[in-house]
Amino acid sequence: MNSGGMNSRIGYIAFNTFREAVRDRVLYNLIAFALLLSGAAILVGEISIDIERLVVVNLGLTAVSLFGVVIAIFIGIGLVSKEIDKRTLYTVLSRPVRRWEFVVGKFFGLTGTLVVNTFLMAIGVFLALLYVAHKFEKMDVWVLVALYFIVLQFLIVCALALFFSSFSTPLMSAVFSFALFVIGSLAEDLRGFARITHGVGGWVATAIAYLVPNFSALNVISQVAHGDPVPGRLILYNTVYALLYSAMAISGAVLIFQRRNLK
Amino acid sequence: MAAIEILDLEKCYLVGFWRKRRKLALRPLRLTIEEGEVFGFLGPNGAGKTTTLKLLMGLVFPTAGSARILGMDMDDPRVKSQIGFLPEQPYFYDHLSARELLNYFGQLSGVPAKGRSARVEQMLARVGLSDSAGMQLRKFSKGMLQRVGLAQAILHDPKLVFLDEPMSGLDPMGRREVRDLIQQLRHEGKTVFFSTHILSDAEALCDRVGIIHQGELRGVGAIAELTSERQGKIEIIFHAQKVPAGLTSLGAEARVSGDMVNAVLPEGQQDAALEVLRRDGLKLISLTPVRSSLEEYYIQKLRPTDVQREVRQEDDRKGVGV
Repeated sequence: MNSGGMNSRIGYIAFNTFREAVRDRVLYNLIAFALLLSGAAILVGEISIDIERLVVVNLGLTAVSLFGVVIAIFIGIGLVSKEIDKRTLYTVLSRPVRRWEFVVGKFFGLTGTLVVNTFLMAIGVFLALLYVAHKFEKMDVWVLVALYFIVLQFLIVCALALFFSSFSTPLMSAVFSFALFVIGSLAEDLRGFARITHGVGGWVATAIAYLVPNFSALNVISQVAHGDPVPGRLILYNTVYALLYSAMAISGAVLIFQRRNLK
Repeated sequence: MAAIEILDLEKCYLVGFWRKRRKLALRPLRLTIEEGEVFGFLGPNGAGKTTTLKLLMGLVFPTAGSARILGMDMDDPRVKSQIGFLPEQPYFYDHLSARELLNYFGQLSGVPAKGRSARVEQMLARVGLSDSAGMQLRKFSKGMLQRVGLAQAILHDPKLVFLDEPMSGLDPMGRREVRDLIQQLRHEGKTVFFSTHILSDAEALCDRVGIIHQGELRGVGAIAELTSERQGKIEIIFHAQKVPAGLTSLGAEARVSGDMVNAVLPEGQQDAALEVLRRDGLKLISLTPVRSSLEEYYIQKLRPTDVQREVRQEDDRKGVGV
């Protein structure tokens, strides 16, 4: 028997994770999203004057982000712990699969699910936009950038959920992940606060401000809703930042999981 | 070459709120299983059978010691492509069908894409699941899941198969089928290491057995030798309505069943017993020496010896529980 490649094993695990999410009806959230957005579009179309686009982009992208974060946290915390509890992991790890390949495969599977989910939601956002504005404009391309940043947020949230679940209970992992998402969304304010604080408090505030994921830099929803462009440099910085932050969280999860006894 | 060489493998967990108390799950275990052997690992629940298997599978890490599997270190990633494992009471991804699950495991085991589907179908047929192959595993009974478990363990044609309680949860027919499958694996030249607490299964299938209790290997022996050991007694079966008085005086333990009497008595009284039967004109049906059974060996090994008691008391003093 040939031993099979590392990349293909990660791919098989990722595909199985994606298939599990789809069959567990995770994508059913799209129905709620579609109802919310179409209702909002119809309502906005009737009552507002000239701010239809602003409202639809704001509401649509915020919903994409929140729906995705909830999925990322609630599936992310169970990615590995569920497999340990249900002992499905035993028959996987008794094969030529390394533990880090399993963790990375699960991560890719969930982020893949979220990318598909976001893609389908993005179609909804653009349809709602077309409904209220009757045409697409050049500035709508920045909505795509905002959606890309939202996907980068999901990468970090998934990685963090996976990291916390590698040593904590699912409930505590969910609490930690959600708390970090909220704090990270206020990261810019936290950094501002750190700058004006002195002494030990200043040091602590600076450490926390730079340690928590900077989700506020990844949130350009309000900016693109007003039709303002997103600088190319920010796209590059955010991409590198999100990839590095996720890689660090995944590495932490792998390091802990490598040593764990699967009792 | 030895298929499995366990060299003083030991597992100790730290328990309690502060993780300060040590709990020995497996005392240093030294055991060798030869290639092509069917080895039964026997012991009551909680004896350390599953811990040993998990250590060999790399699911838990040893506190001390090591093991070699098929001539390679147990941590060597190449080992995993040559072994199959059925965990105790297996549970699989219930969103998949049996066919999808086996295909997935085939991919992870490196079964080449060409011929993988055929191999999956062959395994499904071998465990009698061809008709339910497309059904999601969430609808499977415990016995059906056990069959899927067996199929996934042998899917990639491993040289060595580890089965943890393969007969548990199966009805008599299912148990018979698993027995047949293990026999087939033996004929194919595979090495089978299986844990069980059902002695009749071990007696019927194994070349050798090891008895483990309270995390400690109490004895290892070949089934043929264990069950051929004479006990210094004979069993006589003859036609009679009641036990002859002459036989009772020879120290026989006898019971009447219909028109037959079954009597067990010391080997030295054989001639005297036959003389009683001849004198009373009773018809002899059989006379056989009484041999040890696996059950007797098992019970004997489960009783702690004085030395083991001392070791345990020493451990208790040090605060190491088992």
